[in-house]
Amino acid sequence: MSAVLEPQQGISGHHDHAHDHPHGWRRWLFATNHKDIGTLYLWFSFSMLFVGGFLALGIRAELFQPGLQILNPELFNQFTTMHGLIMVFGAIMPAFVGFANWMIPLQIGASDMAFARMNNLSFWLLIPAALLLVASFFVPGGATAAGWTLYAPLSTQMGLGMDLAIFAIHILGASSIMGSINIITTILNMRAPGMTLMKMPMFVWTWLITAYLLIAVMPVLAGAITMLLTDRHFGTSFFNAAGGGDPVMYQHIFWFFGHPEVYIMILPAFGIVSEIIPTFARKRLFGYSSMVYATGAIAVLSFVVWAHHMFTTGMPVTGQLFFMYATMLIAVPTGVKIFNWLATMWRGSMTFETPMLFAVGFIFVFTLGGLTGIILSVAPVDVQLHDTYYVVAHFHYVLVAGSLFALFAGLYYWLPKWTGHMYHETLGKWHFWLSMIFFNITFFPMHFLGLAGMPRRYADYNMQFADFNMIASIGAFGFGFAQLLLLYIIIKCIKGGPKASDNPWGSQQGGLEWSVPSPAPFHTFETPPAFKGGH
Amino acid sequence: MNKLPETQGVRKDNSRMMGKLLMVAILMFGFGFALVPFYEKICEITGINVLASSDKLNYAEAREFARNTQVDTARTITIEFDANVHGAMVFKPRVGHMTVHPGELATITYELVNATSNNIHGQAIPSYAPRHSASHFKKLECFCFEQQELQGNQTREFPVVFVIDPKLPADITTITLSYTFFEVAGRAAVPAPVGREG
Repeated sequence: MSAVLEPQQGISGHHDHAHDHPHGWRRWLFATNHKDIGTLYLWFSFSMLFVGGFLALGIRAELFQPGLQILNPELFNQFTTMHGLIMVFGAIMPAFVGFANWMIPLQIGASDMAFARMNNLSFWLLIPAALLLVASFFVPGGATAAGWTLYAPLSTQMGLGMDLAIFAIHILGASSIMGSINIITTILNMRAPGMTLMKMPMFVWTWLITAYLLIAVMPVLAGAITMLLTDRHFGTSFFNAAGGGDPVMYQHIFWFFGHPEVYIMILPAFGIVSEIIPTFARKRLFGYSSMVYATGAIAVLSFVVWAHHMFTTGMPVTGQLFFMYATMLIAVPTGVKIFNWLATMWRGSMTFETPMLFAVGFIFVFTLGGLTGIILSVAPVDVQLHDTYYVVAHFHYVLVAGSLFALFAGLYYWLPKWTGHMYHETLGKWHFWLSMIFFNITFFPMHFLGLAGMPRRYADYNMQFADFNMIASIGAFGFGFAQLLLLYIIIKCIKGGPKASDNPWGSQQGGLEWSVPSPAPFHTFETPPAFKGGH
Repeated sequence: MNKLPETQGVRKDNSRMMGKLLMVAILMFGFGFALVPFYEKICEITGINVLASSDKLNYAEAREFARNTQVDTARTITIEFDANVHGAMVFKPRVGHMTVHPGELATITYELVNATSNNIHGQAIPSYAPRHSASHFKKLECFCFEQQELQGNQTREFPVVFVIDPKLPADITTITLSYTFFEVAGRAAVPAPVGREG
């Protein structure tokens, strides 16, 4: 099967070739092995998590007290914008692609991803994109400060930093599209014999649907920012009212991408949690097929709810009602998932190792974020809360406590398979509790700030908001430093630790990843394995 | 060794799949641009965003309307004027507000000063408050119908001739007419934003 890796190999069997691979930097630069590329993605996203986290701490340091202390308002706005862009496109998305690279071939019994060289390219494109984003802080005028949504007309006016951000997003989009093509092709064409679609592990299912979403909406974002670019430099007027354009149209096009993007960042998280909960509850996943259909339903609905981000733009009442009800409808498939996880845990013989702690913690905090989402979907309430800290609290509950906690859960769950060592369980538990507590200290007070009317994206605030902001800032620093513990745990686990067995969790779940040794050898499933499990 | 033909088959299937998916991606890129006319059409049909475009189309009709209408002296409407502009320009109405009767022809003059030495090309975009007064605010003549050019350090005055439709809903007693002057992109160099010294 390694012939797939190396095009132009003769048909006449080179299957005994040495399986040698380059070492040193060439191993990584020319990596075509899905495990190596997965590792690269994970390290990349982890470093971007620290870059984005540094920006977040800058924001929270400024907001520790009212008045201006550390950042001037221009730089503050650059920090909020770049924090959003880097976390979304640099940390969360590549982390899920890293998991996909590592786990999808292992779970479905494929020898590698379908297009190994394209896989290499989609990773290495991330580096120039990240450099462009970081470098934009140092050009005249600084980085873009238009918010991560890059709304026109602000984004049609800013300096060079905006152009760098546009190019970076173009590159990241190309990378995501290539990654998605790879993932879909791998899943649809390269499953082990016997693994039908409805026997696939949930993580694979959620990624399949996510990859379709990516292919559908990343090009729309590319179109939107191309229009920004031509408006800025080539005299078009897509979003320029003076030339007959309309800035509100930017919001429509952006959120046509942006809302599915939200689910792109959460569906694979659902997949990871759906692998972990049954393993540690020692039961089968409750309602497997309803999980699959719910994921599909969320994906379809994600295309018809975008304007709930725009209730305050002066939409007709009919439009507001449509988007309000459509948004509320998403609570149904999401609720199906949450109840299925609860039903899976029901009367299971549960143990709470770190992956399970993060998975259960995910359900708790993600549901909180989901509920504030339903509150925000109500148009008249949203008009009041739009662009306040209530919204900031909401999307950090679903993105940090949702996506990021699920990533942590998956990391602890599969780390033994990747490294061959068990991580330090006590430290893992410390990491969970520190993250969980500090996360809530940071973001829970923001609900109150938002309800009291504190607007987003300002470097300063009224005295009345001082106490909650101070609490939030303390929490943010705690949360940030807790992630250094994670770095330590990972390095410690790579360097050594108790030997992990092939199936350290005794999992009856998921796919074929537990049938290969730990650490997973460089080449796995050279011959397609037989798959007899399934739901 | 019997898996070889299968491998070849998989590789061919994979390429075909990549072709299809790439096609979807390209189509969706086009779809992003197709949203532009689609959006304009929707706005036109539903009348959501009629301010700028219908103004332009309807001024002939507005002139016709002004010839035939009757002045309703029983009602008095206060019209407030507002103007916004970015950068080194001054844009202001000659008076802050005036009172008119529905059906009465009125004129207000706006003044636009280009304080830079560059030529500036742009257009003023009107907006109305309350929103639904827009369709009752008939403009016979307005500088907002066209793009305007100002030489460096030039000052220009622009009259707006308008008449308020007597069918204006009875609850409206004050209308605010606001213009924002935008430079048209690509025609003039946009000054780089000021750095971090804010």
